[in-house]
Amino acid sequence: MVRRSGFRDARFHLLTATAAIIVLGIFGGVITALGVGSMPAIRAFGFDFLTTETWNPVTEKFGALASMYGTVISSFIAMLIAVPVGIGIAIFLTEICPRALRRLIGIAIELLAGIPSIIYGIWGLFVFAPIFQATAQPWIIDRLQDVPVLQDLFAGPPYGIGIFTASLILSIMILPFISAVTRDVFETVPSTQKEAAYALGCTTWEVMWQVVLPFSRPGVVGGAMLALGRALGETMAVTFVIGNAHRITESLFAPGTSISATIANEFSEAVGDLYYSSLIELGLILFGITFIVLAVAQLMLRALERRAGGVAA
Amino acid sequence: MTAARSRRIRRWRMARNGFFLVLSVMAAGLGLLSLTLILYSLFYHGLHGLSSKVFTEMTPPPGMDGGLANAIFGSFAMSAVAVAAGTPIGLLAGTYLAEYGRYSRFSFLVRFVNDILLSAPSIIVGLFIYEVMVARMGHFSGWAGAAALTVIVIPVVVRTTENMLLLVPNGLREAAAALGAPRVAVIKVVTWRAARAGIVTGVLLAIARISGETAPLLFTALNNQFWSTDMNQPLANLPYVIYQFAMSPYDDWHRLAWEGALLITVAVLALSIIARILEGKRS
Repeated sequence: MVRRSGFRDARFHLLTATAAIIVLGIFGGVITALGVGSMPAIRAFGFDFLTTETWNPVTEKFGALASMYGTVISSFIAMLIAVPVGIGIAIFLTEICPRALRRLIGIAIELLAGIPSIIYGIWGLFVFAPIFQATAQPWIIDRLQDVPVLQDLFAGPPYGIGIFTASLILSIMILPFISAVTRDVFETVPSTQKEAAYALGCTTWEVMWQVVLPFSRPGVVGGAMLALGRALGETMAVTFVIGNAHRITESLFAPGTSISATIANEFSEAVGDLYYSSLIELGLILFGITFIVLAVAQLMLRALERRAGGVAA
Repeated sequence: MTAARSRRIRRWRMARNGFFLVLSVMAAGLGLLSLTLILYSLFYHGLHGLSSKVFTEMTPPPGMDGGLANAIFGSFAMSAVAVAAGTPIGLLAGTYLAEYGRYSRFSFLVRFVNDILLSAPSIIVGLFIYEVMVARMGHFSGWAGAAALTVIVIPVVVRTTENMLLLVPNGLREAAAALGAPRVAVIKVVTWRAARAGIVTGVLLAIARISGETAPLLFTALNNQFWSTDMNQPLANLPYVIYQFAMSPYDDWHRLAWEGALLITVAVLALSIIARILEGKRS
């Protein structure tokens, strides 16, 4: 009897361990598959792949620079917008919002974080881009035409779609994500600390800026990095509105492309081994970039959990 | 003099406080506004021509009448296979992390890798399955699409399972063990049962997550204009149809794309709400 249950124990232990190994196997499989798949392109272009802007399927000359540029710039602008607004929402939810509404708005934001990215894409293409093209875009181009630097960044014509539009859609998409994480971190701040600051006569803003934010900085940064990881790899929301042009233009209003948009648009129609392989190498680059960002995010959030005495060390 | 100065400082502090609080109210307004706008357009365009045809007729060629029946079926079939395959693996791996190797180095690695997979770009999953399945088999297929979705389901279930099992108090485990229950019985009869609502929530969230995933299906399941139940062939699915129809120049295709988008969103929101209610019951 005892031996039998010992055997069953060992078998179940092994079974769960195998499942855990499968998780590692998937990760290893992704890297291996992408690595093997991109070998022809790596052999053909070497390091130049990363520094070449040309993307020409006809002459089979491929470079990742335009796609990488689009990915990095659109995510960067999206973060510039979404981080302050997301933190603002978190401040609103923890300090300003009436208690009765707090839960409701919090739930609404969390639910909206679950809306699939293709919905943001279709909305961006059919609703946002035409309105943006007709109203804000010409106005911005007009206002900034004599301002140095900005006149080049926001140069016409107004297409509606383009890198800047993709950034705006991305920022809306990652916004609920940032505010949900930030709110959760804000709530871990011991209320005695906040009360102490209020008792000293601090205003709400001073409490947020000098007590709550410094206390929760690792969590906020970790959450922002997670959101950045999402933004960098986001495919559908970007593919719809970025314009799919393989070039680097000074103007943010010009059509561009991103790594994920290039793969989504061209992969199923690619002909020739080198074309395929170049697209897969783009995937490998994207995986590399997001891996670094997500790894940093995780390490920061883990450190925070340990400090908070959480169970998952 | 000092009184005037301190009044000035005080006024400045109050002004700054008011300024930033107004900004944060505006941030909340902006967020809620843009998200309301998205839902509004979705219902406005999606409900416009919604009829039962959507569920009974196939995706049409441009200019013809039709529905999304084949795409709805394909999405269901692939999601079902993905959940059926991904849930046991995720459940067991999550159990390993929480019950057997809670503090081991190996678990630290698995946890790290799992959380990377959880947030990794889904288009990468599409490329991976293309390389290991589609390229080998020589054609796109429903199985490949289901495999891609499985890869997305697993990390979600692992993460929620582990979190939920960690919430089960150790006293329960010790009590069961003290009664002489072997470890496998402790897990199956005590901890799994205690964490059941949470684990189901995780599975629901995983379904919500994959029902809108588009990028991993682009080069695995591809699409099929006709009614097909053959998982070995390219299989229609809602996200791909939405993508293809929205990018097309035809108005009636755009209408169907909106209807599909509405269906997906309603499904995802319903799943999230059910998951939330279940979660609420637990606590």
